[in-house]
Amino acid sequence: MSAFTRGGAAGAPPAIGGESPGRRALRQFMAHRLAMAGLVVVAIFVLAALLAPWLAPYDPLETSWSRLRQAPSWAHPFGTDENGRDVLSRVLWGARASLMAGVVAVGGAALMGVPLGLLAGLAGGWVDAVISRVADAMLSVPSLILAIALAAFLGPALENAMLAIAIAAAPVFARLARGMALEARSTDWFESARALGNPPWRNALLHVLPNIAPPLLVQATLAIAEAIIAEAALSFLGLGQQPPAPSWGSMLNSAQRFIESAPWLAIFPGLAIFVVVLAFNLVGDGLRDALDPRTKR
Amino acid sequence: MTGFLVRRVGQIIPTLLILSLLVFGLQQLMPGDPALILAGEERGDPQVLAQIRAELMLDRPLWEQYLHWLSRVVVGDFGFSWRIRLPVSELILEKLPVTFQLATMSFVIGVVIGVPCGVLSAVWKDRPADWAINAVALFGISTPNFWLGIMLILLFSVQLGWLPPSGYVPPWEDPWQSLATTIMPAFVLGTGVASVLMRHTRAAMLGALSQDYVRTARAKGLSERVVVAKHALRNALIPVVTLGTIEFGRLLAGAVLTEQIFTIPGFGKLIVDAVFNRDYPVVQGVVLATALIFVLLSLLADLLYAAVNPRLRAA
Repeated sequence: MSAFTRGGAAGAPPAIGGESPGRRALRQFMAHRLAMAGLVVVAIFVLAALLAPWLAPYDPLETSWSRLRQAPSWAHPFGTDENGRDVLSRVLWGARASLMAGVVAVGGAALMGVPLGLLAGLAGGWVDAVISRVADAMLSVPSLILAIALAAFLGPALENAMLAIAIAAAPVFARLARGMALEARSTDWFESARALGNPPWRNALLHVLPNIAPPLLVQATLAIAEAIIAEAALSFLGLGQQPPAPSWGSMLNSAQRFIESAPWLAIFPGLAIFVVVLAFNLVGDGLRDALDPRTKR
Repeated sequence: MTGFLVRRVGQIIPTLLILSLLVFGLQQLMPGDPALILAGEERGDPQVLAQIRAELMLDRPLWEQYLHWLSRVVVGDFGFSWRIRLPVSELILEKLPVTFQLATMSFVIGVVIGVPCGVLSAVWKDRPADWAINAVALFGISTPNFWLGIMLILLFSVQLGWLPPSGYVPPWEDPWQSLATTIMPAFVLGTGVASVLMRHTRAAMLGALSQDYVRTARAKGLSERVVVAKHALRNALIPVVTLGTIEFGRLLAGAVLTEQIFTIPGFGKLIVDAVFNRDYPVVQGVVLATALIFVLLSLLADLLYAAVNPRLRAA
């Protein structure tokens, strides 16, 4: 697996008499029907989150004593909750918390993990030893338990939950970036870039990062799916989004108490998590198939 | 083998040391003064606060606090629960068997479903059965296990009334009741394990089926069943066995929310209750214990791998 086969890299030779690796990856991804379906679903959820103020039929926080726990109807397609709030409106607004948490947490994890991983892989020696051991130590705690512990000590708030998920997910990105940096360091084009007298940070930024972008993109997509579940889990435990602000996890938590009398309270927020996570996983799998040169079609 | 073992154990020690630093460091993230939380109603009394600070060594420099804490953690003393004034290690040891029972049941469910499905999916690659199995595995990975748990309670406890929605009975008291209270959570956790094991078994089987020795076996005229079961599967299972060991460790994390939903008094519920009660020493203790179990399981995985794969021992 030479670095030349990866798409759009600086220093990679121009594609001769054919499509570029990036274009080929795009074509393969577009031909991946399930991945495209996943992308459409993700787009729908992003739009729903952005347009929640206009799409939601009711105010997600407006309580009403006259319509407590009403079963789904035309007026309230997903029913109403224990405070008479419209569940559909809350699910739509909840998409904001979930998607934002997924994207921000994974972005944070990549911003922390990738530079450290590059540093470890390119510097080697004791720098590598320290960074790798810290990553090992963090990876020895299942990420959800690490996130719960971090969120517990940071205090319950959506921002703290996102930070906790980001920290817990960072070692995976560090390890990936380190592995790719080590691989890049052993290639001829990296050697020649160094021989030209480029400073190390420039090599990392211009030569290594573009080459490791495809696997990072795959990892990030799959990590968003995990981060959305983690945010829901933390909110379910009361460590994420604080009530009355809507979030799918906290909605599931309060739904548990009314599982006998109002099962719709548990069905719809969970379904939303499931569908959006499934969509991100489909996109991630599709990206992996399209970007991994080993699975040429 | 001894050299391998020594080297492998040698790698664990720095990992655990760094982990202890991180877990100790968690305390520093805490907003506010722990002495104030502990003092409760007596928070206005400076004498009580001073006493608590002295007892917890909060008045000492950080490095001294850490060394003192580490010297006790090394001998298995994780401190006292702030809430119920019991040793943390005692609490953990008390809850661990419950989670262990749950994890074992989930693991069995995961292996029994995941491995055969992975084999069939590899043998029937790109046929409808392969697609169906892959689709189910993708669903399994994408379903948040706490939601699946609530849905199972809705179906089997509320609608059908077959199983109790919550609670736990130890197997030595009433084996049947114990099974009834743990089968749903075990299934919830087991589906996750099954999905992961299925994907790995499928990949390993596809790798094995394209090997020369499989072609040779087929060329010898062996039946496809013998080729798959005796030649391909045996080799494909080697990475799956080690992965399974790691998955067993990950069940501990999965158990956190599942135990919460089914109110099973295990390891996971311990950390959740500790988080709610701001019982920080218990949170730290559970994180450390989880890491220790996880590290020991990966050691076991490596040893199993070395035991079945002699090439690794020489390396």
